[in-house]
Amino acid sequence: MSARSERSVIPGFNLSLGFTLTYLGLIVVIPLSAAFLKTAGMSWSAFVDAVASPRVLASYRLSFGASFLAALVNCVFGLVVAWVLVRYSFPGRKIVDALVDLPFALPTAVAGIALAAIYSKNGWVGQWVEPYGIKLAFSQIGVFIALTFIGLPFVVRTLQPVIEELEPELEEASYTLGASRWQTIRRVILPDLFPPLLTGFAMAFARALGEYGSVVFISGNMPMRTEITPLLIITKLEQYDYRGATAIAVVMLVVSFILLLFINLLQRWSRRHHRI
Amino acid sequence: MKRIQFLLALTVTLILAGFAQAKDIELLNVSYDPTREFYAEFNAAFARHWKTTHGDTVQIKQSHGGSGRQARSVIDGLAADIVTLALAGDIDAIHDNAKLIPKDWQKRLPLNSSPYTSTIVFLVRKGNPLKIKDWDDLVKPGVSIITPNPKTSGGARWNYLAAWEFARRKYGSDGAAKEFVQKVYRNVPVLDSGARGSTTTFVQRAIGDVFLSWENEAFLAVKEFGAGSFEIVVPSLSILAEPPVTVVDKVVKKKGTEAIARAYLEYLYSEEGQDLAGKHFYRPTSPAAAAKYGPQFVKVELFTIEQAFGGWARAQVEHFADGATFDQIYLKQ
Repeated sequence: MSARSERSVIPGFNLSLGFTLTYLGLIVVIPLSAAFLKTAGMSWSAFVDAVASPRVLASYRLSFGASFLAALVNCVFGLVVAWVLVRYSFPGRKIVDALVDLPFALPTAVAGIALAAIYSKNGWVGQWVEPYGIKLAFSQIGVFIALTFIGLPFVVRTLQPVIEELEPELEEASYTLGASRWQTIRRVILPDLFPPLLTGFAMAFARALGEYGSVVFISGNMPMRTEITPLLIITKLEQYDYRGATAIAVVMLVVSFILLLFINLLQRWSRRHHRI
Repeated sequence: MKRIQFLLALTVTLILAGFAQAKDIELLNVSYDPTREFYAEFNAAFARHWKTTHGDTVQIKQSHGGSGRQARSVIDGLAADIVTLALAGDIDAIHDNAKLIPKDWQKRLPLNSSPYTSTIVFLVRKGNPLKIKDWDDLVKPGVSIITPNPKTSGGARWNYLAAWEFARRKYGSDGAAKEFVQKVYRNVPVLDSGARGSTTTFVQRAIGDVFLSWENEAFLAVKEFGAGSFEIVVPSLSILAEPPVTVVDKVVKKKGTEAIARAYLEYLYSEEGQDLAGKHFYRPTSPAAAAKYGPQFVKVELFTIEQAFGGWARAQVEHFADGATFDQIYLKQ
């Protein structure tokens, strides 16, 4: 009896670990290592030529920059959306709640076409800003808009359960003890929300880095200016440059992995330092 | 018991009978973007022809996309019996990268394996508000040009070379031509990956003033959306585009469709095939169809890629490879 109680409630640890490793291996590791194997055949100088030409460098700047900004903006507005959806009840809340998930479900090409239609020169939004010289679609702003669109649900959905767990009593206690609103937000609410915010940021960022379908419709795909890295990979493939394409893919993989690892570490650190 | 035996025998007979009937053959034709409508009608015509001459039912499936992308699908294993692409370079790539066809594939059919030809024209909006007449007008400030990305689209490569040759003849050197082409591309707001994508951008999303288009695609846009919306402008000089066709040897040998695939391509040269090509605004090569459809095309001075650029292999290396002129005009901006 006592030997049993030491085990986990759910049996089959070995079995499930085996499943986990096999599954991750088949679905994630093997396909990714194929990319590394393919580039392993390249000489170092050919690899550098492929991954560090000016056009490719410009695409890294755009891809990482726009993804980072989009995830950041989503953190701010995603937090507001999640807070409103949890804390307030208003007519149509369920509908708004469901709307948040739409970017998950919508085929990204549809999103891209719709966004391009709205933000281009003749679109509902585009026609009002274009006269002032601001180009939304077919510019870097367009890329940012598309990436913001697809990233929003990641932030909202990671924050919602945590906000639900927050006890309003703590905030009330903070007030009664004489804390200002800002102090309550900074000292009581944000510390609990910081780790999930980081998770949401990481997911939105990672998703944006890999996004292709919606961006190609709204970016205009101009070399040096609005070409994202995934598009360059596809362009290289279409020129039968398989190695060049996988080389860029490997760079993206490595950089993304390092960034995600860094965010995970940051999250662990913040959890340790902010928890009461 | 007897009844079961009878039923069994019946089933077996029926199955065997099924095998003995006329064959159902399936062919896959992998093509580029603007051939959709032409091949839809040609396939039906060929199926009728094959049924009456051989008795077999043939079903031809079609796949369309940017020419380069289509070639890559075939290289990556899409089992195409036939490829009908926008330019010889993309079919060369099938030889170079996958060895699915012999090197001299283009000599196997008449006229460099190009049963029909086409060219590049301008499509402008009704009334031609910017008075676009020739290639020079494209580099004026404020003109917005729609053309696909030459790295991925066959049609766009023809556009690029046509603009280049125009400038080289007018201004006298390759350097001037490069500068001219750079100015043209400075006026391009969107680079779609294929010709059909660009048509959508220009026609449906109403972006751009001029669309550098396949001649047949331009006619199609005018036909579909009415002459009230668009006009075709033919420049003083353009390129003779020869979209070639070939059988994918390794695939047809494996599938046992070699004879019919060859017959399919030869039928493109028949009077009926030529007539359909003309009907869908390709320039037919047979004298009869050329005479019949000649009047619908404006006379324009055409040069070939062999004359001006020494063939596709050279043009590809000089202009569209990584680091070649197309990349340079973007880097220097």
